[in-house]
Amino acid sequence: MNVHRQPAIGLAAATILGSCLLPIWDGSEVGFWIDAPLAAALTAVQLIALLILVFFGPVRVTPAVLLVAVVSGSAAQYFLLEAEFVFGVGGWLALVATMLCLWRLLAWLSAHPGRTVQILVPALFFFGWVLCWEIAVRGAQISPVLLPAPSGVLNAFVAHFPILWSDALQTLFRSALRGYAMGCTCGFGLAILFDRFPVIGRAFMPYCTALSAVPMVGLAPIMVMWFGFGWESKAAVVCMVTFFPMLINTSAGLATPDGIQRDLMRSYNASYGTELFMLKLPSAVPLIVTALKLNSTLAIISAIVAEFFGTPVFGMGFRISVELARMNLDLVWATIVMGALVGTLVYGGISLAERVTTSRNPTAQ
Amino acid sequence: MLEQRKTDLALIGVAGLAILIVWYVAALALNFPQVMVIHARDDVPLPFTSLALEALRPARPVLPTVDQIATEIFNTTFGHSVTSPRSLVHHSAITLGTAVAGTLLGATFGLVLATAIVHNRTLEVSAMPLVIASQTVPILAIAPMAVVLFGNLGLSGFVPKVLITSYLCFFPVTIAMVKGLRSVDRQMSELFETYAATDRERFFLLKLPASLPFLFTGLKISAATGVVGAIVSEMPTGGGVGLGARLLSGSYYGQTVQIWAALVASAAISILLIWIVTKIERRFLVAGLGR
Amino acid sequence: MAATSAQSMRVAPVVSAEGLNVTFNSAGGEVHALSDVNLAIERGDFVSLIGPSGCGKTTLLRVIADLQSFTSGHVRVDGLEPKVARAERLYGYVFQQPTLLPWRNIADNVGLPLQIMKTDSAKNADRVTKQLSRVGLKNFARNYPSQLSGGMQQRASIARALSFSPELLLMDEPFGALDEITRDNLNLELTDLWRETGKTCVFVTHSISEAVFLSTHIVVMSPRPGRILEVIECDLPRKRDLSIRDTPKFLEIAARVRRGLHAGHANA
Repeated sequence: MNVHRQPAIGLAAATILGSCLLPIWDGSEVGFWIDAPLAAALTAVQLIALLILVFFGPVRVTPAVLLVAVVSGSAAQYFLLEAEFVFGVGGWLALVATMLCLWRLLAWLSAHPGRTVQILVPALFFFGWVLCWEIAVRGAQISPVLLPAPSGVLNAFVAHFPILWSDALQTLFRSALRGYAMGCTCGFGLAILFDRFPVIGRAFMPYCTALSAVPMVGLAPIMVMWFGFGWESKAAVVCMVTFFPMLINTSAGLATPDGIQRDLMRSYNASYGTELFMLKLPSAVPLIVTALKLNSTLAIISAIVAEFFGTPVFGMGFRISVELARMNLDLVWATIVMGALVGTLVYGGISLAERVTTSRNPTAQ
Repeated sequence: MLEQRKTDLALIGVAGLAILIVWYVAALALNFPQVMVIHARDDVPLPFTSLALEALRPARPVLPTVDQIATEIFNTTFGHSVTSPRSLVHHSAITLGTAVAGTLLGATFGLVLATAIVHNRTLEVSAMPLVIASQTVPILAIAPMAVVLFGNLGLSGFVPKVLITSYLCFFPVTIAMVKGLRSVDRQMSELFETYAATDRERFFLLKLPASLPFLFTGLKISAATGVVGAIVSEMPTGGGVGLGARLLSGSYYGQTVQIWAALVASAAISILLIWIVTKIERRFLVAGLGR
Repeated sequence: MAATSAQSMRVAPVVSAEGLNVTFNSAGGEVHALSDVNLAIERGDFVSLIGPSGCGKTTLLRVIADLQSFTSGHVRVDGLEPKVARAERLYGYVFQQPTLLPWRNIADNVGLPLQIMKTDSAKNADRVTKQLSRVGLKNFARNYPSQLSGGMQQRASIARALSFSPELLLMDEPFGALDEITRDNLNLELTDLWRETGKTCVFVTHSISEAVFLSTHIVVMSPRPGRILEVIECDLPRKRDLSIRDTPKFLEIAARVRRGLHAGHANA
């Protein structure tokens, strides 16, 4: 018996048995599967798969068996949902059992490292959460106003994709990108200025630090007052948000070369410009790239939030506030998903560029 | 060292003076058009100096002067009792409370998650990419909505605000602690192997103390993020308490000075929170670590 | 008396290795670190392992300490397998770096193994003080490692290895990172300590004079794959001071060691 080394499987099997004996739905009779024969059949498949693993120990096809267990369990749950009753204890136990099977599958995969595994495991994990979310929401019949089901969000996403996409592009290219470029450039430029003239740096840095303590989204109303309702105010907020991480990271990066390296430059009688381009900037690249990545995420999020202020006319923030007022929460969440997707794509793009350009720098993370 | 300190203070003072001068000039320039509009229909054109003076004291300035902001802060801090909704202290305390609660909750979750990730390979492979990706989700955007919704359900505004703030706060601590718990060098680990130490002993006697400097670094970022989260989640469409609400109402009613005062208060509590973390850090990290 | 010495002749060696082979995979490919090593170390001996860099002397020490697995052969520590010996905490290990926990003061660092081994805490403070006095650090008990010099930190590390009174002491080039004068003083302290406590010591070094000064037996190893070329007995008197390094006997033994090393190099 394999129960001791892999308790999850034994537990899952026991849980399914339990789920068969306890009420599936609130108020239904004990373990009455006749109302949902398809679900019953699938659960039987799941149970058989688990019992195989319990009695025969880890076999070569363990992952396949586990996959069968997970898929059949999830399908069973799905068909139970079709009956549209509120889940009872039995129903929840069945969900727990399926999740345990999924966890065991993930554990098996994680023990076999590889590039596919690195992408597959988090993806499956994410899928598991989404499944839980879906079943929990529909099984407990939570009001869609409070928490929408992933299926609803997906439908809204697919149905309104063109609008969402154009909103995303608006936010990205009209507000976020411009603000990002301005903020990063100013932060970078100021850092170099502070490095060239340390006196100025020592004088003004404390004010910069104090200013960075102000939550930038609070500046949004002021930016609207100064720049109007258009993209300028949003870009201004993004500029302010991205300015400080860039300033701080670039300053830290320019200071990384240690005494010996700087002495070397001195011995070559290098001018400031030469030292900057040949020593300081290359050393600063890892930290600058970190700031660029961080700022990309901040830029998108603060652009969206900035779009709440003044009367927004376009973009993802606009979409959220409008649909919120209309109580179309599915669409609101779909916009959030779009925002996350775009943010991930941008972050991924910068990471890719980083890998391509700094692969030879041993200090790069 | 002392000499450097003195010169630094002098430099900072000079810089501050320069900023003040630029500020006043800017205030003059930006507020002037407004004043011109007000006095456009005057029979007798007022001398420039009195116009200028008025530009520095308008009721609804485009750019309030430093003394206007300072006066507003002074009045709202000392002019009202702490429980009054007009008191800046009242709103600041509420925001601070939310920020602290959210930061603590997020930090605790981050600590537990980091410990689990470091000890469980499955969790590490499956959860880490999701943790990193979670930061691209603009939860901040639905913060006001969540507060309203929870309010409709009867849950007080505090709980959803803290939940949203903690969502923002857990990430820096998680990342810092994962790095910190793994920061132990090989020889130290082998030292513990020669003592046949258990995993538990290794965790509490070696990994956890080694990770403390990282924890505090993450905690500082978390604290700053917490204030932002608290403020944004206080901006539901329809009033409320806290600095976020104050910012919003200031923008609705055109009370620019109120907005600026609220911003200064936000910066103050941000700095306060980070200062507290730094103080705790000094207390816990012994002289020996020298970090 | 005679009976006792006859008995002691039949006492099992503290450390024994037979036909030991160690091969492991590293970034550069397969590494055959040790080849057919046979060694027996008696109780109370001070044995130095000496050889060129990469000859496997550290690997041999780590195999004894169960920090490194071996491919074939037998290794016994006090009659037990290394894994069991480690679980029984039969040895103290001193690394190349002091490896002190920076957040604990010296006394707490020396007391670390006692804390893990859950010895009687009432006596721990005494034990710690005793070890610290032995290495001359009694006045620094409350200091932190960062406040101490490299030599003092290494002394603390030795005190820590002794704190739970193991019979066997394994040391991996503990004085390698220190300057010569500190090294000389520490060598003197170590030999006094060894005489006083009667521990069995296995000491890795690549300094010939250090090996001859400290040891009763010097194991000369060949370049990779490491084999034992010869075991030189060093019968200088047990009580040694630094001036012994100028005596003809010392120089003769050192020359033997040097010849052995060169021969090993030539045959590689």
